[in-house]
Amino acid sequence: MSKIHVSTTINGDTAEFLCDPRETLLDVLRDRLGLTGAKEGCGTGDCGACSVTLDGRLVCSCLVLGAEAEGREIATVEGIAPGEELHPLQRKFIEHAALQCGICTPGILVAAKALLEKNPDPTETEVRYWLAGNLCRCTGYDKIIRAVMDAAAEMREAA
Amino acid sequence: MRYLSPASFDDAIAQAAQAPGVTRFLAGGTDVLVQMRADIVTPDTLIDIKKIPGTHDIARAPDGGWTIGVAVTGAEMREHVDLGADWPGLVEAMDLIGSTQVQGRATLTGNLCNASPAADSVPAMIAAGVTLTVTGPEGSRTVAAEDIPTGPGQTSLARGELVTAVHIPPRGAGGGDAYLRFIPRTEMDIAVVGCGVNLTVEGDTITAARVALGAVAPTARLAPQAASAIIGTTLDDAALDALAAAASAACAPIDDKRGTVKFRTHIAGVLARRAAKIAYDRARKAQ
Repeated sequence: MSKIHVSTTINGDTAEFLCDPRETLLDVLRDRLGLTGAKEGCGTGDCGACSVTLDGRLVCSCLVLGAEAEGREIATVEGIAPGEELHPLQRKFIEHAALQCGICTPGILVAAKALLEKNPDPTETEVRYWLAGNLCRCTGYDKIIRAVMDAAAEMREAA
Repeated sequence: MRYLSPASFDDAIAQAAQAPGVTRFLAGGTDVLVQMRADIVTPDTLIDIKKIPGTHDIARAPDGGWTIGVAVTGAEMREHVDLGADWPGLVEAMDLIGSTQVQGRATLTGNLCNASPAADSVPAMIAAGVTLTVTGPEGSRTVAAEDIPTGPGQTSLARGELVTAVHIPPRGAGGGDAYLRFIPRTEMDIAVVGCGVNLTVEGDTITAARVALGAVAPTARLAPQAASAIIGTTLDDAALDALAAAASAACAPIDDKRGTVKFRTHIAGVLARRAAKIAYDRARKAQ
């Protein structure tokens, strides 16, 4: 089966890869490009562990084909921290102990960042609905929500 | 599997006509990719229509009607203020589907052509009087939303045909729509029952109405007798009772893990009543 050549942008850098037409963007990120931040939880768009943005839009990378990345801009959890500094969301997740096993964390960070770019001052309800597609089976969400609210407050002050 | 991304619908149709075996069209992929992964569908050819010009556009015609491109996502519909002002029920129905991530990809056309009886946007489309342009090797035809699904996972599209545009009628003055579904929690679930109501008022009197139900039959369906029960009324208690009874009478559901026949039949009436009240309030404010 012939492979497809794809040119794309990932976290601001141009990237090229060859993929099978059936391969998902998640497979490509993890297995071909070594970007293992996005996780495979369900593989069917239910858990959000593979969340990335595609042209700025939050999506499950397991529900995007690698071939669809041609000419698009992808952002993953690996691109969240500006340089050596952690992103406020990352810092607040550590401060609030908003994770246990950590499998859901990269997807939640990407999703929360997308929310705060769209709405810097969300209510707790808005955060909970926005993150409803990111499943965590460890912490029970409260610490996650608190970390996102706290990061949002800090980012508003810094802005 | 071959992956093709044609630059026009003509090319897409020509490619589909020449493709051997199983062909699927790809828009948001929130159903197709899941089905591929589960080996429910193994396409020999996957035709991605998102590079076709116009498929991402939301456009209002001079008569007030809307044309929605077949790759327009739920998130894009939600962000479109004027579309939401005209058709809040339809936009809210689409917005109920899946997570934020799914909203970033899912489309009205995909939800319709996946032909799930429980698809949230479909009763709202049927109530709104949405029509589709269906194009194939023989040319184009216009099909009402209620005539696309023919059973669970089945559509009336012929081999090689695809939906190329979604048309929402002009809203006009004094119109309002609403969609409600029952699920046992508040988010991320599949409708046990869904109901869309679209109506027009003059003063306080309903002059036109369409009521559609989801998850109570093999396809989402129009319930003309439920609409008749409120046309000519001011949505008084007697009209609401007649509406609920007609909505329940239009049900032919199954028992499954989500709900029983008895529960679904009852809830259809409850939702019809509540959705009609919302649509009625919206319509009166839009005069």
